[in-house]
Amino acid sequence: MALKTEPFVINIGPVHPSTHGVFRMRATLDGEVIVDMEPVFGYLHRGIEKLAEGRTYTQNIPFTDRLDYLASMSNNMAYVMAVEKLAGISIPERAEYLRVIMAELQRIASHLIGVGAFLNDCGAFMTPFLYMFREREKILDLFEMVCGQRLTYNYMRIGGASQDIPEEFLPALDRFVKQMPGFIDEYDQLLAENEILLARTKGVGILPKELAINISASGPVLRGSGVKWDIRKADPYSVYDRFQFDIPTGSAGDTYDRYWVKIQEMRQSVRIIEQAMKQLPPGEVLTEVPHSLHPPAGEVYGHIEAPKGELGFYLVSDNSIAPYRFHVRAPTLINLTALRDMMVGWKVADAVIIFGSIDICLAEVDR
Amino acid sequence: MEVDERAGLHVYSDTELDKAEGTAIELLKSHCQQAIPDPDKWLEEELRHNILLTSVDFMLNWARRSSLWPVICFPACCAFELIATAASRFDISRFGMEIIRASPRQADLMITAGTLTWKMAPQVRRIYDQMAEPKWVIAMGACAISGGTFAQSYSVVPGYNLIVPVDVYVPGCPPRPEALLYGIKMLRDKIAKRSITEG
Amino acid sequence: MTQALSGEEIAAKLEPQFPGSIIESTGNNLLVKSESLFDLASFLKTAPGLDFDYLTSITAVDYYDYFEVVYHLTSIKHNHSLVVKTRCYDRGNPVVPSVVSLWRGADFQEREIYDLMGISFDGHPNLKRIFLWEGFQGHPLRKDYL
Repeated sequence: MALKTEPFVINIGPVHPSTHGVFRMRATLDGEVIVDMEPVFGYLHRGIEKLAEGRTYTQNIPFTDRLDYLASMSNNMAYVMAVEKLAGISIPERAEYLRVIMAELQRIASHLIGVGAFLNDCGAFMTPFLYMFREREKILDLFEMVCGQRLTYNYMRIGGASQDIPEEFLPALDRFVKQMPGFIDEYDQLLAENEILLARTKGVGILPKELAINISASGPVLRGSGVKWDIRKADPYSVYDRFQFDIPTGSAGDTYDRYWVKIQEMRQSVRIIEQAMKQLPPGEVLTEVPHSLHPPAGEVYGHIEAPKGELGFYLVSDNSIAPYRFHVRAPTLINLTALRDMMVGWKVADAVIIFGSIDICLAEVDR
Repeated sequence: MEVDERAGLHVYSDTELDKAEGTAIELLKSHCQQAIPDPDKWLEEELRHNILLTSVDFMLNWARRSSLWPVICFPACCAFELIATAASRFDISRFGMEIIRASPRQADLMITAGTLTWKMAPQVRRIYDQMAEPKWVIAMGACAISGGTFAQSYSVVPGYNLIVPVDVYVPGCPPRPEALLYGIKMLRDKIAKRSITEG
Repeated sequence: MTQALSGEEIAAKLEPQFPGSIIESTGNNLLVKSESLFDLASFLKTAPGLDFDYLTSITAVDYYDYFEVVYHLTSIKHNHSLVVKTRCYDRGNPVVPSVVSLWRGADFQEREIYDLMGISFDGHPNLKRIFLWEGFQGHPLRKDYL
């Protein structure tokens, strides 16, 4: 006698015990298997794009900090690069190298949280998360040495960086860079052959290559599906064309590949920081920019490879002190497009892992 | 589960539920335009009458303040300073608070770490109502106190005290873990002065 | 380096196939009529040599007389990019064809433009508000809001 079942709609979120923020999924379940899913967000929509039209270009830099708050340095960098492209300002070389060092340190910090939270969702409750936090505190100490803040830095300025690094920064960075590969190896050794992790993540939540390109995915999500596309190599900005580094690419597009890509990217970031430290030239860090900046009328689209994907700023200027239109191309919003396709057919426990592997930050999705 | 013919995409969208929730949000927004007064009246009474605490009060207050269990309410950036406070460097477990409860029925402290929007406000109010008495609220960060840099936005609630009564305000954007620990210490001092007749 | 293709070159390639649909082409931009947007977009996506398979972003800007919808297209295969724009002059009920069936990445971005600017996308399967709640009056990003 067959068992009669009926699909049942439940709500996952917006307040749920993962550190991803206020995200809600209306899932239709048949037993434990998800048959349909609708993502609902907007619980953190603060209207940054509208507020930015009422503030000057420099006053908007703290807004960009609060977009993806786990990667504030990268957000700052993308925005000031876009404004400099619009206004035709060139910055000193020391500032370029400092920006690259900060952006790569920030990439390591963001991936540490991405991987730590992902493993937390997988069931290794708190242990990898606290290990990652231990390393992240070292990076936050370095940032605090430079600009005094732990989370929302407001360090970059239009025309360079706000202040030069103190003397104790480079020796501390040197110590950090020497012990970081050892930490990544220790992590890899604990987890790469772990049967439970492999069973829970291999083959789960596959994003095929054509679909990844079609939904305009970017960052580790795109590279985990086998597409070798990284803005630092495809459209080099700042001084990235002077460094040697690889682009780790997955093959299957499952959650394990996205996790693996992040771990390898941390190693590559350490390589870039080592090279940047050796090549760091002396000089100033900030060019003379008028106090009230009036960029010429026009528009610009400036993009960088942020830790979560391709972060772009589309700015339209009408020669006044505030931008006419300020639009953020949020990588995590666009990466979420295929969430339903990745989740249908899996169980609720897998749904949490698939969602965690995309590594979103709600403040950037909702802006 | 419908499939849209033109685009060939699956469509699952519950518009009835969306409309019902939208109506609830508009209703809450129209009711909550005034700040709820801070629950401080009993503190002034205390100082005026100079009542000494009995030993029962003393034991209860000690037990309550030494094992405050926070509930999950972290929308935005302050969440990461809260998690950093709970991590191993600024250990919050030495105050008995390392268990961050997912279920509000088992928690007695709500640390609001992030900007509140009108869309989220009914859910926060629901979580607060589900917590059992006695319960306390710490408003963490500039966005929680007054809306922060987003105060003039069309969708941001200017401060959590329009929705829930707040006991301690911790300023900062985001506040350092040491600042949050100082705020928690202030809350513990406040709890120490409670009397059992308070309820 | 991603090469930004010039508007005149692409206009010259497209003109024989779609006569009269290109309004102007300056710098790296291509301004097209909204009626022929969908056909032009599918040609840009599938034509060999162009192969714009990656839609980087869609935005909308409110100039007081008209709305302008801006599409940034990239080709991963050839590593070149192009900017396509279209305008709609009707402020009361602006409608633009949707490109969701070509690039699925347009799904959430078009919903966002509908939510915040009020531009409807003809052919989008699930056009409803995404960030604000149902029952919110108005479209905040328009210049005449507040």
